[in-house]
Amino acid sequence: MSIAPAPRTLRDAAADTAARSEDYLWTLNFGPQHPATHTTLRLVLKLDGERVVDAMPEMGYLHSGFEKIGEHLTYNQYVTVTDRMNYISPMANNVAWHHAVETLLGIELTPRCRTLRTIIAELARINDHLLSNGAVGLDTGAFTFFLYAFYQREVIYDIFETLCGARFTNSWTRVGGVSQDFTPLVVEKIRQFVKTFPKTLDDMERLLTRNRIFVDRTKGVGVLSKEEAINAGATGPVARASGVTRDLRKDEPYLAYEQFDFQVCCASAGDCYARYLVRMAEMRESLRIVAQAIENIPAGPVNVGIDQRTALPSKQQVYSTIEGTISHFELSMSNRGFEVPCGESYAATEAPNGELGFYLVGDGSDCAYRARCRPPSVLHFALFPQLIRGHTLSDVVAVLGSLNIIAAELDR
Amino acid sequence: MALNMPGPAARPGRLELPENVVVSRLDELANWCRKNSLWPMPFATACCGIELMATGASKHDLARFGAEVFRFSPRQCDLMIVAGRVVMKMLPVLQRIWQQMHEPKWCISMGACASTGGVFDTYAVVQGIDRFIPVDMYVPGCPPRPEQLIQAIIDLQDKIQREGTITGREFDTSQRQLCKRALVEAHEPLVIDAARNPVVQRELAAAAHRS
Amino acid sequence: MPHTLPAVDAVLAAVADRFGPLETSVFRGQTSLVVPEPQSFEVLESLKGRGFDLLVDVSCVDYLEYRGARHRYGLVYLLASTTTNQRLTVRVFLDDPAAADEPGPAVRSVVSLWRAADWLEREVWDLFGIRFTGHPDLRRLVMPDEFTAHPLRKDYPLQGRGERHNFPVITRDHS
Repeated sequence: MSIAPAPRTLRDAAADTAARSEDYLWTLNFGPQHPATHTTLRLVLKLDGERVVDAMPEMGYLHSGFEKIGEHLTYNQYVTVTDRMNYISPMANNVAWHHAVETLLGIELTPRCRTLRTIIAELARINDHLLSNGAVGLDTGAFTFFLYAFYQREVIYDIFETLCGARFTNSWTRVGGVSQDFTPLVVEKIRQFVKTFPKTLDDMERLLTRNRIFVDRTKGVGVLSKEEAINAGATGPVARASGVTRDLRKDEPYLAYEQFDFQVCCASAGDCYARYLVRMAEMRESLRIVAQAIENIPAGPVNVGIDQRTALPSKQQVYSTIEGTISHFELSMSNRGFEVPCGESYAATEAPNGELGFYLVGDGSDCAYRARCRPPSVLHFALFPQLIRGHTLSDVVAVLGSLNIIAAELDR
Repeated sequence: MALNMPGPAARPGRLELPENVVVSRLDELANWCRKNSLWPMPFATACCGIELMATGASKHDLARFGAEVFRFSPRQCDLMIVAGRVVMKMLPVLQRIWQQMHEPKWCISMGACASTGGVFDTYAVVQGIDRFIPVDMYVPGCPPRPEQLIQAIIDLQDKIQREGTITGREFDTSQRQLCKRALVEAHEPLVIDAARNPVVQRELAAAAHRS
Repeated sequence: MPHTLPAVDAVLAAVADRFGPLETSVFRGQTSLVVPEPQSFEVLESLKGRGFDLLVDVSCVDYLEYRGARHRYGLVYLLASTTTNQRLTVRVFLDDPAAADEPGPAVRSVVSLWRAADWLEREVWDLFGIRFTGHPDLRRLVMPDEFTAHPLRKDYPLQGRGERHNFPVITRDHS
């Protein structure tokens, strides 16, 4: 039973300050170096004892000029930079970037490629939610939960490493396909993961979901209503926990999502606890998609054919057919590359954090003229002041963790 | 570790010491203590921060090397691990945290971005924190695998054991820093808005006040 | 099939009725509407009233080096409807002023319509230098406050102009 009094609204605080002087309010600088600000964010909190009267978020402490780099790198080189945006699920960013590029170029992927990208995007979603919920656990003091989550992430890293050689920052997708196809070992490891993951998820839920301390710390904290969520542009689990039933995998199906049976997880409370539950439920749904997809991978080529002149042909084709040789050279030479229309388009995917989209302006050359990344974290961070008003200092950490703000995606 | 462990037969002219007594130099003892209890301060900015967390997690346990306690307060740490790119808005924060740490302190620059700017040769990213902070160990990689970071910590432990002194004489590396800075300025002349950088303004005001 | 965004013909017809003919185009199944700067706020307000309740993004493109561009800056407003799943791109084109001492390009802010525009417009101001009149707190978002240039403009170099190394050096002596 919580013994704290009901949260004061800003109106109460304002009324008080009108009557007395504001001497009792003090300013606390939270970050940019702080364990609970997941890397570099800054919050300037105005506190009345333990209660937060106002919060002024500041960002930009990791702004690296991603969008300007996008104007100097080719479409296949830039995927390495997209890895470093939402760095807790890099594969999802790769898939989103190439989805946007392929929409601009008007390329249609092979069925096998779509299924493979779906599987990997869902594994990346599980990766992201594990860390996000793990960090919420860590920040509220549940270290074991964090370690369980990290162990499962290591299993997924092992799968990614077997697939393309890198644990993380994989740069796996290419225009028109992927760089490495699935081998039987990868399929076996994914099957193994599908078998063993539900048990860990059950263990993790047993630790926190009905844990009195955790529930008290997160229930009723940081409430976001449905109208506010839409008006503020929130997407992804943050919006779905407030009742907005928008999921691009169902609303604007892309890749192979139409073939699989899964549910969109929503809640109506809109508080930190609801966001935690939505992420846990989404992990189960993602596992369902992976379990269905891994048994139904279509055979056939994974990259688009040579006639499309976008993906590098296989070595067998390069060495035995003239079209393969010509194609290989045309794509590799720096002044040739592939044809890009002079047009602008926007394409978004349902990244684990929300709607991750890229607005691309093509100018005929092999570098984008403008590569704008629409980051879900910016809009979520802008929501922070209204979520935290009236709560205590220890709730700041819970709310910040539940919004899953990744500084690299925030600042680009 | 060169301890003077007496053999079973005491040599002539030497004291006969019982088994539970060890004779060593104070420096070596201090180094041994310091290297095996490095408390890291994770200055985690970006992707390398996740690999840093993975290094501290259960599979590649960093606690085995004495670095159990990831204290985030600079007053309680002696090893700053800069994991990730440092942008110019963050650099004064990095410098302030470095100055708040107590001696003896060491710095590991983890990853390509902290060491040289990495993939990001852009207007906002500092091309190597060693331009502005003294760095003891560089870990290449983007991001470095946890095993690489553990190797860096082991190498740093060797460095501490080799070079450490109880009074901290080995930290007098200002001559090396000046050479490095001169090299940097030869390549990239600093033509800047010094007038608009508050850190520079404070330094100038302090210098003017002193003179 | 790469997914194409649903068409919005009925809404466009209604907007054209009220505001006169506006340039529209469709590329890769995405509809784009060009609005002249004086009318931008009214058009966006009426679109919000017709169900486009989600402001997905506000950004800008600098057409300085684009072959065949007629204006320098193209603001992009990406709108979506959570009820009908339709999407629409609204473009507003702006130019630099003729004389050097006149104030830069400006457009009316849409913060009163969508709170999402608050930080998105601050970012466009920071990186491109386009003013949003009526914005409650228009200051830099990602660059430091003392930064003077607008980095994403095409005439600003990728490596910057030396601001990134403009800091004092701390050596072992000082620390």
